[in-house]
Amino acid sequence: MLRPSHFLAVLLFALCASTVFGITQRETPRKMVRYGLYCFTLFVGSAIVLSWLMFFIAR
Amino acid sequence: MRRRCGGGARLANPVLYSQKGMGTAANKSAAAGQTSQKGFVYLPLLAGWLIPGAGHFLIGKWARGLLLAAAIIALFALGLAMDGKLYTSAQDILDLLGMVGDLGNGLMFFVTRSLGLGGDPVRFTTADYGTKFIVVAGLLNVIAAVDAHNLRTGRKS
Repeated sequence: MLRPSHFLAVLLFALCASTVFGITQRETPRKMVRYGLYCFTLFVGSAIVLSWLMFFIAR
Repeated sequence: MRRRCGGGARLANPVLYSQKGMGTAANKSAAAGQTSQKGFVYLPLLAGWLIPGAGHFLIGKWARGLLLAAAIIALFALGLAMDGKLYTSAQDILDLLGMVGDLGNGLMFFVTRSLGLGGDPVRFTTADYGTKFIVVAGLLNVIAAVDAHNLRTGRKS
């Protein structure tokens, strides 16, 4: 039974999803890596930004 | 004052240029013809749906298939380990959509369901995340299977 923290869950989800996006949406290995990193950054970055927004809205 | 452009005579001899490497219809059909082989053209699509990465293995894209399989199986396994729920019945529209996503996992869904895993109701926040992990793993698997089909037909190199 796995109980990861919310941030670890975000990291794991972003890692797997961006791997698939990178491989399937680009053609050359270099572009795949770049797009995968781009997706990973967007996943994690947007989660952090939205978390802070909800933190301030809740106050 | 009349200007003489002389374009009419030149248009009769259009400039010829190479279309090599361009995404023209002729080049795409030629690429499709080169990569199309004998056999069932939808086999990588079906294999990729049933077993993550299998569609790429059939085409010979071993590294891509291995990475896709690792990512999708890991997401599915993490979802199960987090006590995620498998959608087994369609009581309302949201359950139906969840089940469609889960079905994207192919054999993993049926095997897990037959083993009785993923049947507990969601009691923790992380279990709800796990349910979403499983659904997204199925949707990503469909994307990977379609990618294998595109490689097979020559739509993607």
